[in-house]
Amino acid sequence: MNSKKSQKIAFIFLLLATLLIIVPVGLIIAIIIQKGLPGISWEFLSDIPRKGMRAGGIFPAIVGTLYLVSGAIIFALPIGLFSAIYLSEYAKDNFLTRIIKLAIVNLAGVPSVVYGLFGLALFVVFFKFGASILSGSLTLGIMILPLIITASREALESVPYSFREVSWSLGASKWQTIRNIVLPNAIPGILTGTILGLGRAAGETAPILFTVAAFYLPQLPRSIFNQAMALPYHLYVISTQVPNVDEKIRYGTALVLLTMVLFMNLIAVVIRYKFRKKKKW
Amino acid sequence: MRKIKELILEKLIFICGIASIFFVVLIFLFLLKEGFALFKTVLPADFLFGRKWYPISEPAQLGILPLILGSLLVTFGAALISIPIGVASAIYIAEVAPAKSKEILKAGIELLAAIPSVVLGFIGMVTLVPWVKKLFHLPTGLTALSGSIMLAFMAMPTIVSIAEDALYSVPKTYKEGALALGATHWQAIWRVMLPAASSGILAAVMLGIGRVIGETMAVMMITGNAAVMPTSILQPVRTLTATIAAEMGEAVVGSEHYFALFAIGIVLFVISFAVNVGADLFLHKKR
Amino acid sequence: MAKFSIRELDIWFHQVHALSQASLEIESNEILSIIGPSRSGKTTFLRMLNRLNELERGFRMSGKVEMDAKDIMTEDRELIRKKVGMVFALPLPLPLSIFDNVAYGPRMHGVKSKKKLEEITEDTLKKAYLWDEVKDRLRVSAFKLSGGQQQRLCIARTLAVSPQVVLFDEPCSGLDPISTAKVEEAMLKLKENYTIVLVTNNVKQAARVGDKTAFFLSGELIEMGDTQKIFTAPKDKRTEDYISGKFG
Repeated sequence: MNSKKSQKIAFIFLLLATLLIIVPVGLIIAIIIQKGLPGISWEFLSDIPRKGMRAGGIFPAIVGTLYLVSGAIIFALPIGLFSAIYLSEYAKDNFLTRIIKLAIVNLAGVPSVVYGLFGLALFVVFFKFGASILSGSLTLGIMILPLIITASREALESVPYSFREVSWSLGASKWQTIRNIVLPNAIPGILTGTILGLGRAAGETAPILFTVAAFYLPQLPRSIFNQAMALPYHLYVISTQVPNVDEKIRYGTALVLLTMVLFMNLIAVVIRYKFRKKKKW
Repeated sequence: MRKIKELILEKLIFICGIASIFFVVLIFLFLLKEGFALFKTVLPADFLFGRKWYPISEPAQLGILPLILGSLLVTFGAALISIPIGVASAIYIAEVAPAKSKEILKAGIELLAAIPSVVLGFIGMVTLVPWVKKLFHLPTGLTALSGSIMLAFMAMPTIVSIAEDALYSVPKTYKEGALALGATHWQAIWRVMLPAASSGILAAVMLGIGRVIGETMAVMMITGNAAVMPTSILQPVRTLTATIAAEMGEAVVGSEHYFALFAIGIVLFVISFAVNVGADLFLHKKR
Repeated sequence: MAKFSIRELDIWFHQVHALSQASLEIESNEILSIIGPSRSGKTTFLRMLNRLNELERGFRMSGKVEMDAKDIMTEDRELIRKKVGMVFALPLPLPLSIFDNVAYGPRMHGVKSKKKLEEITEDTLKKAYLWDEVKDRLRVSAFKLSGGQQQRLCIARTLAVSPQVVLFDEPCSGLDPISTAKVEEAMLKLKENYTIVLVTNNVKQAARVGDKTAFFLSGELIEMGDTQKIFTAPKDKRTEDYISGKFG
């Protein structure tokens, strides 16, 4: 009986600990929605910031973030996908593979601000791209590379080995097998990973601080060598650098950023769920 | 013809395969290239153990000890909060929660991981910081404690999901064996499951702490950014990451200050490298 | 002349010696049945003939495998696999339609014309005794077929690349007796045009369809000869024990 009682107490504590994480998450999102929603209007989404960012909208920041995220994915998806193909289809169980896996783990663990430093040193200064969409996109691209590799690799490896054997046994080459059998069946998983990467890139601030982000830029960027505003940096600026910004604008910006990121995560979850349901094997 | 095309493709695949190694090395080399220039004028020991960080005074004082201690203090506080709560929650989700609420809880944890750090920083600023100020009657709520609480939240998704994986991968027979001997479910968890999953849980904790040390935006917005030797957890502090983020914008490229910020980057890179390699070793030991 | 001539073949996977010193010849237009308990090396031997073993980790070999008097290890790998088709133990349709399953091989070898692909599909599905059952629903996913139909689809798919040899790796292990009979019927018909090597756990099946039978045990070829001889007057005691069901 005594051990039953201690089990009960222990489980209550475990539940409390879990609630201690989950409840604040709900609260955070509820607060942002509740206080941010009044600030959202067509004007807020489509206008440039005015009166020293104390009025107007956040259009340039939204566009800037979209540019950066697209640039990052254009760079990271092909490299990440090919890298995943190498690891899942070609790599042997040897020292090199071990080192590659370790490098991916490390790349995933490098602090985001260190990516910012790296982007500054390599793209902005060394390659003389300056603070620009190009520099920022490349920096974000390298940052999300490990995420894309890991997700794609899992997707590729979940395609049954027997499908490959069948294809080889019919005289198809290794690449034909990858191209016609493995890739088409791994696409949902790859897509999920890619969208999660997009969400991650959209929300990061530190890597773009010195590589692209503009404090205040009331027009849209014209080329990839221009600076751009970006949503996360804009939120940082109006909440710490500019005094007396209306609460509605700050919460509204936070809500737009959060919506963007969570929406991408939602799409990824939906794809994963749908695919699991109609999986053919 | 097809053969040649495929040969080229396979070479390309191999090159992309080793791209990760290339990028890690490239990051390290560029940090070294810019950071090492500092040590022409400043002794490494003075840099690491100097107690004063006045980068723009004449002559500049570039000791990062207060920053290291700031990072350690905030990290230590965050670890103290996040490890027990995170591991407990992992146990709950893996072992206790009914199947239905399990999925919801996992989704909630994933949701937390998805919130951008600048949003968490913002929400911390407007809710947590005034609360800490009031509770402890402080002149400012921008303190190490506020930072620790917020960072604990950011570490928890990592800790919970990896620790849950570790518990999940303990062979079912272990638990069943304990239950068959008359142990309660809790005794089986405490005496059998946790020890069996210990190396995975340790890796979870390490990776969670790694995330905390590297976290930048939330910390910069919440901890007050005073580059002084920390004496109390209710005081503003400044971390290594926040220093880079806050000052690089103003540092002139090629100046001593600029080099010093890169040298801080080297320190961060080395820490994260050690944490990740360590955690990887623990995760592999499990198998 | 023998289709395959195998001399002193040894195969290892890492430290495991899967096959040792196997030497035999396989004649054209015959069915060779290979019997033996599990882990006897019979499947390893079979997968050597279309070079599927070498994709596995830790593969090493010595000895020689010649097809039409040419060493298969020095020939083009994809060409060997095209010439030597394989039907696997479980029905393994690709996640494609019935038509695309059959057309997959020819497409990989550069056949683009739709008409030609349709011809091949009809022809091979007929050879596999499946045409009448599926001719109205060729665009349906192959997973919609029953197990026996799937296995016959796999036979058709193998024939579609016009092989000279067809390897069967326990093709009936997952099938009911009626489906098994249909697959066996197809095999007997196929030997008119193809060389067939059949690995089977079912001793009776070997007796029913094999012209020759080989018995493997612990990675060694114990004995090989005309099926009738092996089953009525085996030279080796172990062969006799195995086919009479004393072990295995």
